[in-house]
Parts: sequence; C-alpha cells; structure tokens
Amino acid sequence: MANTQSAASIPPIKYSVAHLHHQPRRHYGRWLAATLIVLALALIINAFAHGQIAWPVVGQFLTAPAILSGLWSTILMTVCAMALGLALGVIFAIMIMSPNPVLKYVAVFYIWFFRGTPLLLQLLLWFNLALIFPTLGIPGLFEMRTVDFMTPFMATLLGLGINQGAYTAEVVRGGILSVDNGQIEAAKVIGMTRLTMLRRIILPQAMRVIIPPVGNEVISMVKLTSVASVIQYAEILRNAQTIYYANNRVMELLIVSAIWYLAVVTILSIGQHLLEKHYSKSLGRRNAKRVAPAAAEGA
Amino acid sequence: MPAMVVAVGLHKYFGNFHALDEVSLEIQHGEVLCIIGPSGSGKSTLLRCINQLERIDSGAVWIDDELVGFRQEGDKLYELNDAEIARQRLSSGMVFQRFNLFAHMTVLENIIEGPVIVQKRAKSAVIPEALALLERVGLKDKQHAYPSELSGGQQQRIAIARALAMKPKLMLFDEPTSALDPELVSEVLAVMRDLANSGMTMIVVTHELGFAREVAHRVVFMDQGRIIETGPPQQVLNNPQEKRTRDFIAAVLA
Repeated sequence: MANTQSAASIPPIKYSVAHLHHQPRRHYGRWLAATLIVLALALIINAFAHGQIAWPVVGQFLTAPAILSGLWSTILMTVCAMALGLALGVIFAIMIMSPNPVLKYVAVFYIWFFRGTPLLLQLLLWFNLALIFPTLGIPGLFEMRTVDFMTPFMATLLGLGINQGAYTAEVVRGGILSVDNGQIEAAKVIGMTRLTMLRRIILPQAMRVIIPPVGNEVISMVKLTSVASVIQYAEILRNAQTIYYANNRVMELLIVSAIWYLAVVTILSIGQHLLEKHYSKSLGRRNAKRVAPAAAEGA
Repeated sequence: MPAMVVAVGLHKYFGNFHALDEVSLEIQHGEVLCIIGPSGSGKSTLLRCINQLERIDSGAVWIDDELVGFRQEGDKLYELNDAEIARQRLSSGMVFQRFNLFAHMTVLENIIEGPVIVQKRAKSAVIPEALALLERVGLKDKQHAYPSELSGGQQQRIAIARALAMKPKLMLFDEPTSALDPELVSEVLAVMRDLANSGMTMIVVTHELGFAREVAHRVVFMDQGRIIETGPPQQVLNNPQEKRTRDFIAAVLA
C-alpha cells in the first residue's frame, strides 16, 4: 500500500534516453601487446626450428626407459616428500600454537633450523650421516648400518620432506589463524575437545587458505627433486644427464626433461584448481552450489 | 530441588579491567532470566563464565549441583582438563550474537555434528530429531543449504536448533538479536518465546526490553561488572529502584 502511494507520488522525468547507445571501451593496448608477443613467439620458434637441435632425438628419448623410470622416481619422490612435509607441517603448526611451552619451543627450533640452512646442505648431511653415526637403532632392540638405511631415496625423502615440513608448518599456521574465533567457540560449546575441534572444524576451514600455497609447494617440489641428483637419486634430470654424458645430445635431453616437468606441473595445476574449488564451495559461492541439488533431484 | 545454576562471588579480570566484580546469582529450573545492561557491563562475560568460555578468577559456579571447571578436594579447587571441561559444557547450549554456524557444513550437518561426533549417537537416530528441530524453527526446507546462503535470522534459528540438538539442561543466549537487521529480530524472538513456553531454563543477555518484559520471569540489570538490580520484569523495567537502571532504560527506549 505504502509502495503504490509513493510510486504514484514520484514526478515523471522529462528526458528521453531511448536514442542513446552504450559502446564498450576499445582495448587498443591489448591488440598491440598481442601482436608484439605473436611476433616474438614466431622469432623464437623460428630460431629453435633452425638451431642445431636434432628433434628426432628428442622424440626418441621422450619415452626411453631410463627417462620414464627417472620420471617415475621424480613423481614418487614428490608424492612421498610432500606427504611427509604436510604431515610434519600440520604437526608442527599445531605444536607451535599449543599452550604447552615445551611443544611450542620444539616447533620453533625445528622451523628455525630447517628453514635456516640450505636444502642442498641438508641433503648432504642426511646422505653422509654414516660418517658420524655408523649404526642406527634403539640400543638393545635393533640396530642397522647407516649406509644400508640411508640410501639415496631415504636421504632425499628425509631431506626434502623435513625441509618442506618447516615451510608447510608456517602455511598451516596461517590457515589455522584464518579461521574465525567464533567457529572455535561454537565448537567448544557443543563439547568438542581440542583435537576433535581441529579435525572437524578448524582444519577443514583452514584448507581453503592452505591449499593455494601448498599447491604451489607441490609444484616447486616436483622441480626441487632434481637437487637430489647430487646424492645419486636417479630422478629424471640425473638420468637425462647420464644419457647425454654418453651420447653428447645435451640440449635434446634437457628438452626431454623440460617437456616431462611441464607435463607433470600442468596436470598438478589442474588438480590444484579442482581442489580449491572443492574447498571453497560452501563459503559464499552461492550460485555454484544452488545448481547442484536441483540437478540431483532432476536426475 | 536445588537451583539449575548457582554462581557465587564471581570475579573476572581482563588485564586490569574488572569485568565481573563479586557477582552472585541463582537460576531455578525452568526459569527464564534476562540480563540487561550497557555494553562492557559484564553480562556476556557472566554468560561465558557459566559455560567456561572464560575462566573465572575467583568464586564458583554449579550447574545442576555439579561444580563447574574444577574438582574440589578439601578447600582446594583443581582445574579440570580439556576433556572434562568439554563434557561439562554439554549441560548448557549456547547461542551467539554472530550465529557462528560451521561455515563448511550444511544446515543439517551443523545440527547433527554435536550429537554424532561428540555424543557418539547413531546418525540414523539423530537425523529425524534434527529434522524435527528444523521443523520447530520453521526451516526444514533449508536443511541442505550452507550458512552463507541464509539470512541472519535464519542462521540464528539454525543456531538455536543446533544447540537444542545436544539436549542441554539450560540455554544461554548472548545478545542473539543484536547482529540482525531489524525486520529479522521477531522471527528469532518467536523461536525463543516458544522455547521459554516449553519450560526450558534460559539465560538471555539482550537489549530487547519488550522480549524481557513479556517472557522473562526475572530481569537482572548489570553495570560495571556488578549486579545492580534484580527482580520481576514489571519492577525492574517499569519501576526501577536504582538510578543507573532508570538511566539505562531511558537511554534504550529513547
């Protein structure tokens, strides 16, 4: 009632705008940039096409057994080291935020040490551990020679995983801090203990903040595994080097490695995108969510 | 029958700020108590001390005859551990000013989270109860929605249902309508009125004097960490004895 009255009381406007047409802005800069980039690309492609690269050799070695096994080692190490890094990262993030000062300072020391020394140095330390500890084990229970345990795989896994954990701990801590305190209080008042709250409320919500940087770290881990070639871990770059020491096709084999790294990283980037979408679905993405239940009911 | 909540000689400091200053209060079974007062007067702090979101600096609280937050041996009170405090919190349900629904869960998941994960009850038994609660707050059709898709009033009604799903002995409301747009206040008050009529023991921190007048059995006025005046709503709201109460009520109604 009030609406119709006020509508009736709005005085009519005398201007006509029917003849005015909206024109979108012209993007001359974009066209110019695109032209320049296409030109530059053409030049680069031309250079590579006429450079002294034996492309058939690239094709031949792309699926060579040594390259594929190196690729597998790279992927395996990425997965294992990242899993170790994530597990340590979550544990140490929880420790550093713990009210228990002992746990807190252990975590502070861990992050200080492993962020403060170069990864290459850490790898060499693990690999050469036998120099100071010839045997490993719990006295009286079991014992083994360090050189038998500290294979290139183990040294790389420990080096990369523990180093990664120090960085991931800070990422996870940031994620946990991003969770609204109200969520934590709501979890407390329905009787959740600290661990249940972490598992059910805090970590799932922190994921949204944690996933993008961790995705970034997975991608950098793929490439970081190549550092392990110095301690004889047979990942893809080391195998490529072994081959080109023998046949002198240096650039061809480096290109083969580059192609595989790019392929793996591309797949991971897509995975990261999907994961981010999954964890942001409940938080303010109304339209995306609205469609799903309706579609499910229709089916 | 002893009182539902007995609070005696509570003190709470935040740094140098004396948030609760010798506060004592009893709430009977089935009583609806409204706490009013200016901001910073300690009313929310009192509520949060009752369910141990804040740790009291001295004094003691009993809920349904159980000492809260401590184990008594002789004259010494030993602080309880995390798990024991979590168990004690089950006796009271709490509704927050900012709703605090779990943002990553749907409405139904929010409601069954406590009964299933904390009380370890079977999902098959909890879901019908949760749906009945949703029906009671008038939001059964929203069971699959996420909190971000709901209005403030709807979220608050879900938050009430979530607290009730734990079958608490008493309900604590911390300014449940203060964050709502004015036109959404009445739907939340209607749910609370219904709850009060069902005999639930309720402590409500509120600025809604109309609600207090209509629903409360007793009104407490707090200022500067102390209880200034307490009595039936007609007395405290219509005929306050203390000047500070009169000034506050005049300011709210102005």
